[in-house]
Amino acid sequence: MKILIVDDFSTMRRIIKNLLRDLGFTNTAEADDGTTALPMLKSGSFDFLVTDWNMPGMSGIDLLRIVRADERLKHLPVLMVTAEAKRDQIIEAAQAGVNGYVVKPFTAQVLKEKIEKIFERVNG
Amino acid sequence: MAHQDDSMTEFETTLKSHAHQLVDCLERGRFDEAVLMIHQLNQARDRGLYQEVGKLTRELHSAIVKLEIDTCEARETSQITDATDRLSYVVDMTEKAANRTMDLVEECVPLVNYVSYEAQSLTADWQRFMRRDMKAEEFRELVPRIDQFLKRSMNDGSQLSQNLREIMLAQDFQDLTGQVIKRVTRLITELESNLLNLVLMAGQVDRFAGIQHDHAQLRADQLKQKEEKEPSKGEGPQMHADMREDVVSGQDDVDDLLSSLGF
Repeated sequence: MKILIVDDFSTMRRIIKNLLRDLGFTNTAEADDGTTALPMLKSGSFDFLVTDWNMPGMSGIDLLRIVRADERLKHLPVLMVTAEAKRDQIIEAAQAGVNGYVVKPFTAQVLKEKIEKIFERVNG
Repeated sequence: MAHQDDSMTEFETTLKSHAHQLVDCLERGRFDEAVLMIHQLNQARDRGLYQEVGKLTRELHSAIVKLEIDTCEARETSQITDATDRLSYVVDMTEKAANRTMDLVEECVPLVNYVSYEAQSLTADWQRFMRRDMKAEEFRELVPRIDQFLKRSMNDGSQLSQNLREIMLAQDFQDLTGQVIKRVTRLITELESNLLNLVLMAGQVDRFAGIQHDHAQLRADQLKQKEEKEPSKGEGPQMHADMREDVVSGQDDVDDLLSSLGF
């Protein structure tokens, strides 16, 4: 299971990386926005994408849309972990095809639940 | 402000009193007097206008002085630059503290893991010993393990408590960044009130000059701009989320919303 973590703040990437490690996902890579994440996704055979929304360069929602439009990446599970909390935004992300949505600040438990739920649905 | 109102009322009184006289003159066909009166009215209006422009200029100057934006000394001394620097300092401090804390936690994890793993394995053997279910040979192996476990527990324990103390100390950024943010907030409030004063002064000049702004149009433009601000843009953390309808107040709200969408 290879996971890509996309967030413009290195501390947030580190927190998510640590939490994922505790959940048993040790194979992770990091990118600081959509622009750097996209080539990694295209060449890196990732199984899961965790992305922030608000980032300089390419935002998480744009990255999600590009992923969903890409023939090879369109089935990649995407979890959005973001401070964006407007209802319109959550609906927008859902319409763009997000698999899960976690608002910051979040707890380890919430992250765990959402990831497990996504895998359950993907595998089931 | 009181003075401005005075000059405005003075002008309005002159305008009112002359208006009647003007009509009177015109009705009686005394056009030379009427022209003179119009001239006087114009002069009164101009006087007020010049006064207001003068006040606006002075106010603008003093606002600039208060903002400490000096064209000669470029950007170095401006408070905005200073505020930007201060906020960058906050970002640096918080990032440093977060990383320091995570370094220490990462150091602690293997120590705690060792204690809990080794304690578990020793407990199993120890219980066998208590049940007298252990050969002398096995016991001789158990003794140095217990010895090592106790020594490591002691060392790791003091390491852990030291790390915890340092994690606590790494939170000292809150005090420093809090002070910085308060200063910047104060600056912004001052800026706002100075700008507001300028706007009020400019409004006074508009009244004298008889400039009419299309407020409805302005508001419509602002509204349009607001609407054009796409949600895709991202806005960052929402303040007072619990008091707003369009913002979720936590993960439970997000989950409810998503499940209502069939998630």
